[in-house]
Amino acid sequence: MYEGAIQDLIDELGRLPGVGPKSAQRIAFHLLSADPVDVNRLATTMRRVKEVVRFCTTCFNVAEEEQCRVCRDTRRSDEVLCVVEEPKDVVAIERTGEFRGRYHVLGGAINPLEGIGPDQLRIRELMARLSAGTVKELILATDPNTEGEATATYLALLVKPMGLTVTRLASGLPVGGDLEYADEITLGRAFVGRRAV
Amino acid sequence: MAGYRRRLYRDDAVVLRTQKLGESDRIITLLTRRHGRVRAVAKGVRRTSSKFGARLEPFGHVELQLAAPAGEQPTRSLLTVSQVVGIALHGGRFLDDYPRYTAASAIAETAERLTPEEGEPTLRLFQLTLGAVKALALGEHAPTLILDAYLLRSMASAGWAPALDECAVCGTPGRHRAFSVPAGGAVCGDCRPPGAVHPPPEVLGLLSALVAGDWGVADGSDQGLRRQASGLVAAHLQWHLERGLRSLPLVDRGESR
Ligand SMILES: [Zn+2]
Ligand SMILES: [Zn+2]
Repeated sequence: MYEGAIQDLIDELGRLPGVGPKSAQRIAFHLLSADPVDVNRLATTMRRVKEVVRFCTTCFNVAEEEQCRVCRDTRRSDEVLCVVEEPKDVVAIERTGEFRGRYHVLGGAINPLEGIGPDQLRIRELMARLSAGTVKELILATDPNTEGEATATYLALLVKPMGLTVTRLASGLPVGGDLEYADEITLGRAFVGRRAV
Repeated sequence: MAGYRRRLYRDDAVVLRTQKLGESDRIITLLTRRHGRVRAVAKGVRRTSSKFGARLEPFGHVELQLAAPAGEQPTRSLLTVSQVVGIALHGGRFLDDYPRYTAASAIAETAERLTPEEGEPTLRLFQLTLGAVKALALGEHAPTLILDAYLLRSMASAGWAPALDECAVCGTPGRHRAFSVPAGGAVCGDCRPPGAVHPPPEVLGLLSALVAGDWGVADGSDQGLRRQASGLVAAHLQWHLERGLRSLPLVDRGESR
């Protein structure tokens, strides 16, 4: 234990996700010896993010205005809607440059063990968007793990009466890998999702 | 690293829960056959290139090698998963069926709550959990029936099964009409405390059938009876657990759709 301010900083840093006590101590002492200008910039940026950034009122992506950049872009298609768990998934898909539709950010996946059911996610808001009738294809791009898949299954069933085209991202083999090293579940899903060439 | 010797041990286990840790790791909660409930770090499993990742998803039955730091009790310290082989991963069977997924989640949370101490062997609970997850994956019975059978049997293994075929207070055998959670189950006319409920006799019959594994009776029961039976099971469970299960209210009982 250290005294006063430095221990307070270690404690605060230690509460961040993925930061253990040792990392917290390392970061704290790094900040202590860093240039005051750099530390001030970090502090200002942290304060600014809480003041300026909010959630897009349409898709719940992070935004600095009423709507996020994707929702404001008039060149994008309103007919394809891609459902993701978190804003960082929007960033990942945008990086591919393959998608020109809109997004809907759920805010997580259904996870009963954590007490997260459909009502804790932005599913009601999704249904409201779909009921406008503009969307023709719904892409379910939740994580390819148990919670993400179960969420996709739940949504697919929920929107079924609306008669949309519902698609799920292909669960493929990792590019650059050898077939024999693929695990049985990934290989099994790659088989189920095979396509004509 | 010189002088660094890890202790390794092997066991088979049901994956109960996974939680994100740091950039790409997960903490995996496992109910093992011989070492009770343990938690272990699986490194790098969230990277798409991980071979382990898919095998350590919830509800799978796996065989693993766990490593404990040198000189420490293997199950009392943070373990690391060093090898995993799938025995029955069930993968898609939970993914495409939402009621099954929610029932499996409630089973996993119950198993976790009934094993407050890490590293305490609980072979009976392990067998019950493995059996319930398998039955769910194979779709042998309605998910809620499998869940309620599991809850009743796991409560029995913990020593607080509800009395069904005798009075919970005086022990008079027979099928009694009243049920009281605080009294411990079915109660006779003489012992019936205030606040006891009077479900139709078939409801207690269904609970007995679930305990006994009389699936002919259970599968033939109607939705209304099942819902009342589930209500009694849930009330009995919550009474003994003090803090309610988070997943139980989220179980899809097929009424919303
Ligand atoms: Zn937006
Ligand atoms: Zn009595």
